[in-house]
Amino acid sequence: MGEPVKIDVSDMNFFYGNHKALHGVNMKIRENYVTALIGPSGCGKSTFLRSLNRMNDLIPGARLEGRVNLDGENIYASSTDVIQLRRRVGMIFQRSNPFPMSIYENAAYGVRVNGLTRDRLKLDEIVERTLRAAALWDEVKDRLGKSAMSLSGGQQQRLCIARALAVQPEVLLMDEPASALDPISTAKIEELIYELKQNYTIVIVTHNMQQAARVSDESGFFLTGRLVEFSETKRLFTAPTNRETEDYITGRFG
Amino acid sequence: MRKAIDRSVVILCGAATVLILLMLVIILGNIIAHGTARLSWEFLTQPPAQGMTAGGIFPAIYGTVLLVILMSIVAVPFGVIVAIYFAEYAKRESRFYRWTRMAVNNLAGVPSIVFGLFGLGFFVHGIGQALDKGLYGGKLLLGQPSILWASMTMAVLTLPVVIITVEETMRAVPREYREASLALGATRLQTILRVVLPQSWSGILTGAILAVSRGAGEVAPVLFTGAAYFLPRLPTRVNDQFMQLGNHIYVLATQSPDVEATKPLLYSTVLVLLVLTFLLNVTAMVIRKRMRSWASR
Repeated sequence: MGEPVKIDVSDMNFFYGNHKALHGVNMKIRENYVTALIGPSGCGKSTFLRSLNRMNDLIPGARLEGRVNLDGENIYASSTDVIQLRRRVGMIFQRSNPFPMSIYENAAYGVRVNGLTRDRLKLDEIVERTLRAAALWDEVKDRLGKSAMSLSGGQQQRLCIARALAVQPEVLLMDEPASALDPISTAKIEELIYELKQNYTIVIVTHNMQQAARVSDESGFFLTGRLVEFSETKRLFTAPTNRETEDYITGRFG
Repeated sequence: MRKAIDRSVVILCGAATVLILLMLVIILGNIIAHGTARLSWEFLTQPPAQGMTAGGIFPAIYGTVLLVILMSIVAVPFGVIVAIYFAEYAKRESRFYRWTRMAVNNLAGVPSIVFGLFGLGFFVHGIGQALDKGLYGGKLLLGQPSILWASMTMAVLTLPVVIITVEETMRAVPREYREASLALGATRLQTILRVVLPQSWSGILTGAILAVSRGAGEVAPVLFTGAAYFLPRLPTRVNDQFMQLGNHIYVLATQSPDVEATKPLLYSTVLVLLVLTFLLNVTAMVIRKRMRSWASR
């Protein structure tokens, strides 16, 4: 395992009020890897994902114990600038959620709010580059001014990826990014994940085990708030060391 | 037997509904039948004449419009800011939110005459006289009933409408949009200004129209705070008094030296006020419906 550790999670406990949702999770997420998180509904994998860019902060009563280090810095330290953190750790949601604005404005949103550039030409350039990176440019280049709502579900999700890429994050968190899409759109997203891996560290939550097996380098299996097993994807799917993991991936439950 | 009871209940309910409709038809029919006779371009554009037995109601229309404009300038921005606080910043379970929210609801239920007295005491005698004392050396300028204080009083009355409507709309903006924006490194304020508010404009507009329609129809709040019995000229400064449609109806109905002679004018004035508020309400309903179908898309 040559790649350096990008995100180092140690002894993470997570609470929604009095309910403990995650129990002592330890995980090392490596740079330029695709790390898949699998497990049955309600096992805590989405909670875990959302704690990596502190999206859980928005939930009243949510509380975290332990450390989450991004490049060695604890993102839950009081000195952390959450706005800056979220710029570095982007997120793609389960339901594609482009803003009801034009395609162009969606792609440019992050650049604008972060004040990265005021130059129109530079902005045009970023929009084109990110739409290309999200494999959407050829489909939308003639209608950038049209509403993002006019796009198909798959296109919308790729626009959301472009939108996230525009602020040049280092990590991309994907919360079941293809679960609402048809097989062709799903294939496109998976291809895209493979491409993006060159430049980004990706963590993806998925219900689809074939998908996890296809796209990821390492996988973690969650069950009732615990990280049961975490290893190289190939090994996890062919020779799981844990009985529960084996039961799950062979479809005996979940 | 049970079937007979069942039938008679249906008939009873139906009859009650018809009765309500009938009353509405009688009221509207009566006003339309008597009100259209004197309705003319002159009526809408001329001041009252000959002891209000002739002429029109232009100063009252003008005063009402000016009143609701000044009112909106205060009530809408203020209401939107409070709604932003309620919908975006306040914690829903917090005691502070529950109490302030309840206060706003209660404010909406306060009888309008109380607002009138409040306006007289707080704005006219309180702030107005204090300003006169502080800025103008005790000269009587702002410490008297005027369109300014009437508008402020009306703004306080209509604030709950604006707050409640706008808060509702802002809450209807899907959480996914806020999350997407925040996940891109936007601040909360940027998220509100760039994502939430642009999607709430129809709610803001609806709130404003509902406020205006309420403000145009109320009399009690302006009774002590600025409405005049009769003014030969239109208000030109903020501390002028003004004529107002609702108040004018009251005047025509009770203060006229010859009630019989003013009756046709009274009918027409009521008709104008009804049409005005009706149109405003319909506009608000249309916008609201559009907004709903948009939100559920």
